[in-house]
Amino acid sequence: MNDIYEGLVSAFWLVVTFDADLMEISLRSLQVSLTALVIASAIALPLGTFLAIRRFRYRRLVISLLNALMGLPPVVVGLIVYILLSRSGPFGVFGLLFTPTAMIIAQVVIITPLIASITHQAMRELWAEYHDLLISLNTSAWQRIKTLIWDGRRNLLTASLAGFGRAIGEVGAIMIVGGNIDNATRVLTTAIALETGKGDFALALALGFVLIALAIGINICIHWLSRTEREGRW
Amino acid sequence: MSTILPLTLTDVAVRRRGKRLLGPVNLTLGEAGLTMIIGPNGSGKTTLLRVMHGVERLSKGHVEWSVTEDAARHRQAYVFQTPIMLRRSVADNLRYPLHLLGLPKAEVETRVGRWIARIGLEERTGLQATRLSGGEKQKLAIARALIRKPDVLFLDEPCANLDGASTREIETLLQNALAEKTRIIMTTHDLGQARRLADSALFMLHGVVHEKGSAEDFFNAPKTDELQAFFRGDIIA
Repeated sequence: MNDIYEGLVSAFWLVVTFDADLMEISLRSLQVSLTALVIASAIALPLGTFLAIRRFRYRRLVISLLNALMGLPPVVVGLIVYILLSRSGPFGVFGLLFTPTAMIIAQVVIITPLIASITHQAMRELWAEYHDLLISLNTSAWQRIKTLIWDGRRNLLTASLAGFGRAIGEVGAIMIVGGNIDNATRVLTTAIALETGKGDFALALALGFVLIALAIGINICIHWLSRTEREGRW
Repeated sequence: MSTILPLTLTDVAVRRRGKRLLGPVNLTLGEAGLTMIIGPNGSGKTTLLRVMHGVERLSKGHVEWSVTEDAARHRQAYVFQTPIMLRRSVADNLRYPLHLLGLPKAEVETRVGRWIARIGLEERTGLQATRLSGGEKQKLAIARALIRKPDVLFLDEPCANLDGASTREIETLLQNALAEKTRIIMTTHDLGQARRLADSALFMLHGVVHEKGSAEDFFNAPKTDELQAFFRGDIIA
């Protein structure tokens, strides 16, 4: 209990004094996770919607694969991205290993199946509701996808927030591909792992509380901006 | 612009899982008026309507318009028995089909304003359409179908489960559409409504057109025993 109390006090002082290190790694955490979220959403939202409305030969297989990929072990993703980006790997020439870009790539791989799968579930229900109308209006596949994404945007927000939650809290993959380098690739989760390893539980807890506060703050901001849970709005 | 009619169905049949739902149906529908499709439950009314609209896969036969299938699809509209509301405001539900047509914004707003006034929802333009009453939803669905100025309007029991006032408002909308030369083909269970609105009628039984004719002959001098029994309210096996 003493550690938790000290962690809370440390977190409070780190925040109110605008601790430079804390600000840097917090901003980097946000930058990496939000960039990964935007990229993953741009891929996963149309993909999940497409899978909801389009029938094709291996559709069930693709959906099963997507659902299975939701549970991808981050460490394995990190290892694969590491091999691909390492000097001897196919993308080694770009020199991305141990950079925030590598961390973004790993997070995109981890959260895209999650967002696509939740999107698919939500869009499948909306498509069942809209199917006859949109077919009757002779809409193209792209028009259907746009309509479903727009009208189902509140559900998709939930999908994206789930992805963000997974990204901001991820440690295994970004530790491998980012290397937890001070002033370069250190983020909140890798810093927590480091401080825990050093036995500085108070600081690790302080960083943990900041991480939780950030995740909650981002969620509240997005809900507020998108005006969810207000009467008469979707 | 020439009309997409006549509509011709040749040897049309629909089978699902080995069961015949419709057919064979051979039918030609001309350019004007309101054709009412009546018949008992499961007789194939809705299937026939969906076949005509092109949203039901045929097992046999073909459906032809006077223009290509794609051109015809853009000039017809369908109103479902249970109105499907987009999760948008009343005004946005009306804007949606016009945006699909790529009309200029000014034209879209003019038409939307006119139709909102016609269906009496001026006070509810910003309200989510899903929050409307059943009658209001159906009026909005009909307005959303007619706002595109279709040549042909299909309606599947549009007044089912509606009270008298809502039914009257919908019938007025349909009569106005007829006056504007929209061809209407609809199904109903309400024989009173069929008599009030129809110019011609079809009686469906066991998936085939059992009897058809002008409204006057159809309602006043039914030829088949089954249609006579249907008008008497007998149960038809």
